Amino acid sequence: MGKIFAVVVVAIAIATAYFIVGHVYWMPEDISVHGHVIDEQIIETTAGAGILFLLGQFVLAAFVFLYGDSKGKRKLKAWPGGAKPLIWAAVVLIGIEILTLSFIGSKAWGAVYFSPVDPSALPIDVQAEQFAFYFRYPGPDGRFGGTHPELIDEGSQNYFGLDPANDVAARDDIVVASLTIPVNKPVLLTLHSKDVGHSFYVRELRIQQDFVPGIMIPIHFTATKTGKYEIVCTQLCGLGHYNMKAYLNVVSQDEFDQWLKGQSSGQ
Amino acid sequence: MDQASTQKVVPHHEPPHSFIRKYIFSLDHKVIGKQYLGLGLVAAFVGMALSWAMRIHLGWPDASIPLLSKLSSNGAPGGVITPEYYLSLMTMHGTIMAFFVLTAAPLSGFGNYFLPIQVGAEDMAFPRMNMSSFWITFLGFILAAATFVIPDGPPISGWTAYPPLSAVGPDAGPGQGWGQNLWGLSIACFTIASLLGALNFLATTLDMRTKGMTLSRLPLSVWGWFITAALGLLAFAVLLPCALLLMLDRLAGTSFYIPGGLVLSDKLQPHTGGSPLLFQHLFWFFGHPEVYLIILPAFGIIGHVLPTFIRKPLIGGWRVLTACMVLIAFLSLVVWGHHMFVSGMSPYSAMLFSVPTMFITIPSIIAMLIWIFSLYGADIRFSTPSLFSLGFLSLFVSGGIGGFFLAQPSIDSYLHATYFVVGHFHFTMGMSAVFAIFAGFYYWFPKMTGRLMNETLGKVHFWFSFIGMYGIFMPMHFLGFAGHVRRYSALVDDYLIPLIPTQRFISIVALIVGAAQLVFFFNFIWSYYKGKKAADNPWEATTLEWDTASPPPFDNFGGRHLTVYHGPMEYNVEGSKGDYVMQTSPEPIGEKT
Amino acid sequence: MNRISLTMLVVLLITAITAAAPGSGTIEGKVTYTGTPAKPKVIDMSKEPSCAKMHSTPATTANAVTGPGNSLEYVVVYISAGATGETTAPASAVTFDQKGCEYLPHVVALQVGQELKITNSDQTSHNVHAIAKANREWNKSQTPGAAPITEKFDKEEFIPVKCNVHPWMHGYFAVLSTSHFVVTGSDGGYKLPNLPPGKYTVSAWQESYGTQTQEITIAAGETKTVNFVFQAKPY
Repeated sequence: MGKIFAVVVVAIAIATAYFIVGHVYWMPEDISVHGHVIDEQIIETTAGAGILFLLGQFVLAAFVFLYGDSKGKRKLKAWPGGAKPLIWAAVVLIGIEILTLSFIGSKAWGAVYFSPVDPSALPIDVQAEQFAFYFRYPGPDGRFGGTHPELIDEGSQNYFGLDPANDVAARDDIVVASLTIPVNKPVLLTLHSKDVGHSFYVRELRIQQDFVPGIMIPIHFTATKTGKYEIVCTQLCGLGHYNMKAYLNVVSQDEFDQWLKGQSSGQ
Repeated sequence: MDQASTQKVVPHHEPPHSFIRKYIFSLDHKVIGKQYLGLGLVAAFVGMALSWAMRIHLGWPDASIPLLSKLSSNGAPGGVITPEYYLSLMTMHGTIMAFFVLTAAPLSGFGNYFLPIQVGAEDMAFPRMNMSSFWITFLGFILAAATFVIPDGPPISGWTAYPPLSAVGPDAGPGQGWGQNLWGLSIACFTIASLLGALNFLATTLDMRTKGMTLSRLPLSVWGWFITAALGLLAFAVLLPCALLLMLDRLAGTSFYIPGGLVLSDKLQPHTGGSPLLFQHLFWFFGHPEVYLIILPAFGIIGHVLPTFIRKPLIGGWRVLTACMVLIAFLSLVVWGHHMFVSGMSPYSAMLFSVPTMFITIPSIIAMLIWIFSLYGADIRFSTPSLFSLGFLSLFVSGGIGGFFLAQPSIDSYLHATYFVVGHFHFTMGMSAVFAIFAGFYYWFPKMTGRLMNETLGKVHFWFSFIGMYGIFMPMHFLGFAGHVRRYSALVDDYLIPLIPTQRFISIVALIVGAAQLVFFFNFIWSYYKGKKAADNPWEATTLEWDTASPPPFDNFGGRHLTVYHGPMEYNVEGSKGDYVMQTSPEPIGEKT
Repeated sequence: MNRISLTMLVVLLITAITAAAPGSGTIEGKVTYTGTPAKPKVIDMSKEPSCAKMHSTPATTANAVTGPGNSLEYVVVYISAGATGETTAPASAVTFDQKGCEYLPHVVALQVGQELKITNSDQTSHNVHAIAKANREWNKSQTPGAAPITEKFDKEEFIPVKCNVHPWMHGYFAVLSTSHFVVTGSDGGYKLPNLPPGKYTVSAWQESYGTQTQEITIAAGETKTVNFVFQAKPY
């Protein structure tokens, strides 16, 4: 029975390693400026953790295979050195791994949260609500109009509660249901929620940030590849959580300018 | 206090005579332990059935489960699960499993039954408080079950119940009216019962040990329960106000967690000034230690069961493993923010939480190395409890590895709220802890009932569970790498469509593994009445519970007051007559304590 | 007058007398607006591709739907006072469909106690949330291909309806206690026939512009015109 156990454990370990090393299921292509640091960290961690995983399973399997029930015939041995070498191995190996990963990790984290915002970044106001994302551009006047929760009227698409009757800055704000941005240009999103907690997740951008009601949260990034990507909600927000998404369209600067002009003139 | 007997108080309560006193409102820790185990088994069945409904729906969203339409005509019209009902099933699956199965069974179930016996006491320090703890827990379970029969159904906010979704009431969605209220009351009951239970465990361990039972001779299972109880006092004490503030926001018009200006169901919510992050901090301050409250008794049980089946003491004796458990318990209190890396709390705090999270790996890995390397040169007996213990080792290695990724904030940016997390916590809690519970069941069943469980059925149960559970939860890590978001009731996004076949595979394996658990239920019930009679010490183990009848008499030792001479792991000691020496055997052997 | 004209006149008179049911009059008219209404906004349904592709030209907002001659569609015109006697609700149901992630019709009018049958013709789940105040508020999910939802209301109310899953979907259930009601079509016209002689208050309700009332007295067999003009809002 022990020998079967050992074989099963080894088989499971190898199968798992195959799926991971072979990238059978893997991250989509990174399209952000900061993403490659995160990807490197994931690969380092996969390697380090993977070795520990395989070692752990193989040693367990080996011992179970070798030291199965001898019905009292075999003389028992103790692991030479006792607990001390094991403790040292754990402290040193894991300690080194922790320090390395923390060091690299702080660089990756800093790239997202502690890098300064480019002053020319395109500002876009993002509202999450049950169950859609809406994006607001400031329009030709470059200013966002004020938002008033009591004026929100979804039937007339006034998701942000703008007051164009009285607020001049709000009249040219462009509100759309997809996020269109130019490639290779810094973008500054300000996230806020209309109702409950939501989250902004774009796999290809390697960005995930919760929307917290009551707080406006800025995130900034630069997309490096044109294409159509999905923004999905990852914070449980109610019954429509599974169906809460928007498309991210990364287009050339020319296409973006044309699109923006079209939106403004359509108002 | 360390070196001598500290049995200050002997709670001498008379044996009960009436049916109610014997089996229902019993003061006997053994009956209470069995009641907790019974509740855990019923809750496990309910929690598992909920997961079957979830898995069927995820794989085949149009499937009709007629039983559900009888339970809720709104939630499953025609038997087809609606998006909100899926979330209700998911919320109660998590709540019931995390609290009423994983926290109740190994700690309150086995701990109540065996801690007094293993320290040589007649009962717990406070039998009446013990009885109340069980019945308050039972009430909590009834309240949780009641959410299924009220018109609006169970809450949909997950076992984590983040506000504002959980706080603003029915405007947030179905189930967010009385469902969430009952849920909050259920949690409050469970919390109060756990706090009372923790006091009992601590007092009994410190003050009721029999003569010769020094702290250094305590079985590792007792250390596991003791450390868990201490941690539980600190953690549950924060959950109670966390839940209370939520109930106040819901019912008393306060705004602890709800900011102003929120519009739900076209209505401006009448709250202002609160912070959803406050809830997250309070909840996870409890929630992270909670997962260690689940795994530490498992560590204790494995540390207790394994030496019996490898016929060797563990490397480092009781000291190293206990030190690991203490360090884990302590560190678990300072890492809660790793559930909140992308929550909007200050990015600086991410590094503060990440480093201790990674440091917890060190005592965990030391514990794993102790167990694995104790197998070196051993003589392993492969009975069902031993298989589940060995399986635990493999599963915990796998589960722990996932933690490496999630502990790093920038990697967590990608993996947070994906199936990677679901795979990780099911490995550590849903598999490892459950395997330790099974090991405990198969190991202690003979002592509790006087009969043996069927070995063949036990091995069938083990193999299907071991291979099957890998088949369910390892692929979830792969799905996580692909960015598959969790808590989705249906897979409609473009990038999820190609992952549907994998979800279907997981669902099929889950149903097979579910069926295998029925083998365990059947084995349990059948063996209870018809199992082969067990001797007092069928596993040839050393600790005090094996030095009494199976099942133990009312006062645990039949009027004897035991004296303890040795530690709990005297297997294959040099110079001893047999291959094991019981703790209560006066046979002298050269040993250091 | 020659014989042919006389015959025609008699025929006309007889037709007029016999065609009108004994004592029934009619109120009819047109609902229009003055001023500048807000331009209908395009609805971006990209988050629900199965609906987006059902619209060759994108759907637009329906809170102020106008037509030729400044007409207003989806105005509920009804008798709010003067109709005497209890009228039991008709046995037939009124239907409300979800198609292309829109509510069709945008405003459905029905009587207190009359059955409302809601269907989902889309490939996505919808969730019908009737945000009622006088009636019971309810919220029901409807998966694609599910059986119709049937509901009844027991109090008069204009109930906003929204889909919890698709925020742009908005409509109204106009639940009325009278049996004399109609919803204007694209030409803004309405007709309320079969009215016994008497004094009536006619109301017109438009979801953005509010309610207007006018009083009128009709005699047996009379047809009177009551027009409503709403002040449009540019935003």
